[in-house]
Amino acid sequence: MWDYLKLIGLGLVAVCAAIAANYAHDLAYQVNAITVMLAAGLAFLWVLRTAGDPKVTNQAEYFDGVIRAGAIATAFWGVVGFLVGVVIATQLAFPQLNFEWAQGYLNFGRLRPLHTSAVIFAFGGNALIMSSFYIVQRTSAARLFGGSLGWFVFWGWQLVIVLAATGYVLGATQAKEYAEPVWYVDILITVVWVAFLVAFMGTLFKRKEPHIYVANWFLLSMILTVAMLHLVNNAAIPVSIFGSAQVQLYAGVQDAMVQWWYGHNAVGFFLTAGFLGMMYYFVPKQAERPVFSYKLSIIHFWALIFLYIWAGPHHLHYTALPDWASTLGMVFSVILWMPSWGGMINGLMTLSGAWDKLRTDPIIRMMVVSIGFYGMSTFEGPMMSIKAVNSLSHYTDWTIGHVHSGALGWNGMITFGVLYYLVPRLWNREGLYSLKLVSWHFWLATIGIVLYASAMWVTGIMEGLMWREVDANGFLVNAFADTVAAKFPMYVVRALGGGLFLAGAIIMCWNLWMTVRAQPARETKHAFVPAE
Amino acid sequence: MGILDKHKAIETHATLLMVLSLLVVTIGGIVQIVPLFYLENTIEKVEGVRPYTPLELAGKQIYLREGCYGCYGHYSLAAESMYDRPFQWGSKRTGPDLARVGGRYSDEWHQDHFENAKSVVPESVMPPYGFLADNVIDGKYIQDLVSTHALVGVPYTEDMVNNALADFKAQVDPLGDFDGLEARYGEDAFGTPINVRNFDGQPELTEMDALIAYIQVLGTMVDFSTYTPVANR
Repeated sequence: MWDYLKLIGLGLVAVCAAIAANYAHDLAYQVNAITVMLAAGLAFLWVLRTAGDPKVTNQAEYFDGVIRAGAIATAFWGVVGFLVGVVIATQLAFPQLNFEWAQGYLNFGRLRPLHTSAVIFAFGGNALIMSSFYIVQRTSAARLFGGSLGWFVFWGWQLVIVLAATGYVLGATQAKEYAEPVWYVDILITVVWVAFLVAFMGTLFKRKEPHIYVANWFLLSMILTVAMLHLVNNAAIPVSIFGSAQVQLYAGVQDAMVQWWYGHNAVGFFLTAGFLGMMYYFVPKQAERPVFSYKLSIIHFWALIFLYIWAGPHHLHYTALPDWASTLGMVFSVILWMPSWGGMINGLMTLSGAWDKLRTDPIIRMMVVSIGFYGMSTFEGPMMSIKAVNSLSHYTDWTIGHVHSGALGWNGMITFGVLYYLVPRLWNREGLYSLKLVSWHFWLATIGIVLYASAMWVTGIMEGLMWREVDANGFLVNAFADTVAAKFPMYVVRALGGGLFLAGAIIMCWNLWMTVRAQPARETKHAFVPAE
Repeated sequence: MGILDKHKAIETHATLLMVLSLLVVTIGGIVQIVPLFYLENTIEKVEGVRPYTPLELAGKQIYLREGCYGCYGHYSLAAESMYDRPFQWGSKRTGPDLARVGGRYSDEWHQDHFENAKSVVPESVMPPYGFLADNVIDGKYIQDLVSTHALVGVPYTEDMVNNALADFKAQVDPLGDFDGLEARYGEDAFGTPINVRNFDGQPELTEMDALIAYIQVLGTMVDFSTYTPVANR
């Protein structure tokens, strides 16, 4: 019965998408509609082929298939996102790489959202979904709720990524930073995200452990808050149901406030709270030590999620946003330093008694460095939110450097550590193929980040100083074009740093691939083993 | 540490954890966002700001589509941005601020700049946008775009919506009849005449026309010789 309903639903989606493609007002919409049609068609065939097959699932086992797929997707989209990043970094240094023949599709302006969405939502999103499914099952000692709901979340999220990415290149965007997907992709994101929440909450409801482990607090608050941010920030009216254009519900100053309330908390919840959830599970596991302080985790959890949401207006200092709002944003950003470092301390001190592992275990080294970068960027961020500092740093490359020390250092490194932890366990292999390659990855990535961040500090502070430099009569000394020319050498260094980071990720993919292919199998464990 | 012991109640009840987390994360947004919609001094009172003409609006859509906001921004008054959906203040200045760029350079300069930026600014790292001059546009969906803006609250009159296509075409034809366009958006209505000319120097109406029309109106609506800023709002 359920299979028939699925077939009817998928058939309807395919037919509607075909009709939509036929009446499309713009190319991006048409290609997106054809993509949806093909995806629904493939899913239809799959359900048809497997309809009536006896569904044998051992309800006493963890649902790990979707997590294996998530690990592959995380590594794949990571490499794609880093590669596009290196391409656009190189375009800024050598603008002739905005090729004449591809100017309507592959200019910097169209590739930049592709890069940011690929690393945040494709790489980061898959890492979060995969880790959430792994952590919530282990810490609840229960199989993921909802039968094949996990697969819907996984494939739905991949479809979101493909629709958004092809849309950007073909010119479909709502032009809000980090929220570029157009209205129909936003609707799909909402559906997939609600399914994610249901799978996660459902598993918590049927947990066999009385206590909900701390990692799940962070993951749950991430899922809830991202849902709220997404719904409010993307409120828009489509110009036509057959086109990708929409008009935002808010304008000007109100839109600015909503956008950065969203934008900063995409960082605060997607890239911080969610990844802290990963830290709280995988760092103790890899270190084989309990979390440093339970009390600290309670205080810093509630303080972090309460305070983060206020920090958005620091993106709008010295604009037409009223002063009261921007001052509030600054004050809360500075206070936010404390719970952020609470998380760092709890993560780092988990290693007390196991610091010797830093010498022998490159995975722990990766996790520790990621927590170090987390601490550094959560100090740098509050500092940059102070109006006096911001008047120098705002609109410069310093901001770009800050974001990347967080994204590459914290989100990237912790995710690499998690992948190295998970892949041998998910595929039942006797350890990783090569720890030496993990070390190579570690050093390439670390040196890459250091080159990236320091290049951006130099060029950011330099251009900030050049913009404000006035002579004795009060005239500006530098033309804007002078500052562009002065940044060139640093742009080359930045692209080089990004290239090293990408090279490390490719080595990781090779290492993980060989782990699955060449490592001997390990005895499988079928029963639930509660984690903490 | 009595109070922390009470946390057991939260961490053993999934629903309670969910509800409390959601409550805690809504507070900041409510305090910072909601007042902006009703505090009267959020947007200063100035003369001259008008909704974009259909051609300028089409140009703005191209500006958004090409991701220009990634490198540019408009350091504008709240009033100047009140019809910008989404707002265009930007977060990065890889290129200079565009809030007052309207009228600063000639149309020909912009044509050259879009074709090959280095021909007019040797240091520039901007990609080539010559293809915009090849993309002929007919304004088929321009009325839908204007009426959707009217629907969400931009003060386009019924007259403006109904004449969107005519106004769209009239703005690039200085030899034609643009009295209607001028009457709806121009000097008598808002204080500043409309730029009516062939922006891209070609006979066809192209995306280049629309984009240059948009660039040339930026920062030109408010008369800053009579405007006094208020220091703190």
